[in-house]
Amino acid sequence: MRRLAAAIEGIGVLGPGLDSWLSTAAVLTGARAYEPARTILPAPSALPSAERRRAGRVIKLALAVAAEAVAQAGRPARSLPSVFASSGGDGDNCHEICTALTETERSISPTRFHNSVHNAAAGYWSIANGCTEGSVTLCAYDGSFAAGLLEALSQVAQSHAPVLLVGYDSDYPPPLQLHRRIPDAFGLSLLLAPVDSTRALATLHAGLSPQPPSRLAHPALEALRLDIPAARGLPLLERLAHGGAGVIALDYLDTVRLAVEIDA
Amino acid sequence: MSPLRISHYTATSCLGTGLAATLAALENERSGLAACDFETVSLETQIGRVAGVDAVALAPHLRAFDCRNNRLAQLGLEQDGFMAAVEASAARWGRERMGVFIGTSTSGILETEIAFRARDSLGGDLPADFDYEHRQNSFSVSDYVRRRLELTGPAASLCTACSSSAKAFAVAQRLIDANLIDAAVVGGVDSLCLTTLYGFQALQLMARAACRPFDRGRDGLSIGEAAAFALIERAPPATRAADEADAETIFLLGAGESSDAHHMSAPHPEGAGARMAMQRALDAAGLTPAAIDYINLHGTGTPSNDATEARAVGSLFGTDTPCSSTKAATGHTLGAAGALEAVICLLVLRYGVLPAGLNLTELDPQCPINYLTRMRRASPVTALSNSFGFGGVNCALLFGRGVPV
Repeated sequence: MRRLAAAIEGIGVLGPGLDSWLSTAAVLTGARAYEPARTILPAPSALPSAERRRAGRVIKLALAVAAEAVAQAGRPARSLPSVFASSGGDGDNCHEICTALTETERSISPTRFHNSVHNAAAGYWSIANGCTEGSVTLCAYDGSFAAGLLEALSQVAQSHAPVLLVGYDSDYPPPLQLHRRIPDAFGLSLLLAPVDSTRALATLHAGLSPQPPSRLAHPALEALRLDIPAARGLPLLERLAHGGAGVIALDYLDTVRLAVEIDA
Repeated sequence: MSPLRISHYTATSCLGTGLAATLAALENERSGLAACDFETVSLETQIGRVAGVDAVALAPHLRAFDCRNNRLAQLGLEQDGFMAAVEASAARWGRERMGVFIGTSTSGILETEIAFRARDSLGGDLPADFDYEHRQNSFSVSDYVRRRLELTGPAASLCTACSSSAKAFAVAQRLIDANLIDAAVVGGVDSLCLTTLYGFQALQLMARAACRPFDRGRDGLSIGEAAAFALIERAPPATRAADEADAETIFLLGAGESSDAHHMSAPHPEGAGARMAMQRALDAAGLTPAAIDYINLHGTGTPSNDATEARAVGSLFGTDTPCSSTKAATGHTLGAAGALEAVICLLVLRYGVLPAGLNLTELDPQCPINYLTRMRRASPVTALSNSFGFGGVNCALLFGRGVPV
């Protein structure tokens, strides 16, 4: 089976009761108890003031986890191509537009409209960092994170250069909440680089596989994995938190998963 | 990058269903735009609507996917023997070695917009038959296509606004290059909805009459809808020599990507991001600007897009390279535009027809490019297609007939 390899140079995490990679790693190893609480989203201070006012929850989420991974790697954000992976994009914004379209005037604000594109978070990230490198935003429903990881790894393989991966998803307000039951916001970012990196936290090899997705031992964290699409990447973080070598499988499609082997 | 063979392709837009209708419209300089009569929309504008979408029936086992966008996808798949070509490719490579990557910007949001209207009488919830996963979610169309074609390899929807389906080619190319798959169905499907019609109206970017790309008096874009697909395959070593000897085989030679990092809905004033995307496509193919025979411009018809794109094209190619926007014929098909215009480039290479930019009265003097106002017959070997999206996300695709030296 053909596999793709990359070094992980940086990790960013934000989710319910999880405020950074370090605190998340402590929870995943059991060193710290998991205490679920509403995800706290920091203000996107990197954005110019006009864009900052226009940034909704999902943009704050994506920018925060991306910044954490990039800072850990110590690479300039403006030089990094990016892959943004999200199932639903900005649910609040979608709700507001669909509601406005039920009214007689059907008046949509220009900001609402340009924030409605699935790649809005990527656009804000590029503006915040003056990054003119290429950027892909994709969606594979609950398998969006694995799809993003696959694309990021294929970019590293083609360009032999670092790539930023940002997986993020947030909740819809009612009534869409009843039909897409995402309870809160979760984001997971990886700074991936060629395997000859001198800053590697770990090295991974990934390939397509039919094996079932790995589960998390902790019931509340396993529930989180299933509840928020971007959290389907948690088994990779659990493996990284424990250190050492191992193999996990990330959920992708009904027919195929992403098997990831971590080198010791 | 290594060139990838485009072994089959099809397009359905307001120009017609399938390649023959599309080619005939390009040869006859015909536009498919007409006064907006879509759904309950009351806007003074023109749209490029595909005839017969509402009558399309999905396969019974895929009824959950039933929405205008997936009906359009199905209508597109049925043209030009595309599904049979995919089946032959699956027999060669194996279903698990084929990916599906479709670009879309609005997926099945139309059905959600309509469902929201029904809320009040139902106490706030959406109608009982509302299905988020199979209609609204952006993956819906890729999931539909992979299930309809029974392909089991990797899949994703590309969602970079108006460059979505150009990106689909780049993403699939990388996975084939990385040897995770051998072939892919790539394309774009985007259908009319209220969000984009009223959204572009809100941005004051919509033309009142049919759009007039690169005209001095242009006043905005016209929205269209389309389904366009291509089957791209690794050229097996055994047949590579034969392909290279066959001047009629068409290849994806290069893809170039960049970001403007400037504004969410306005292009970089100098077209710096657009230029970088085109340069990178040339670099990936190992070609110089002088080797390009035709450019299909993004050319939306908005004052800012066309002016900045002309600057970018002029600075890289000079004023000689023949170019045109086909959006006055098809409308701006948004997430499907990259794939639709890629297929138009394939027709350009296959049939030697350089399409005219329609509705042009006077070329904007701020746009000193070799803009074709009449259809021209030629023997192009290379064609470049530009796609730029909100968020400043750019993608240029470079196609060639035979393998250029």
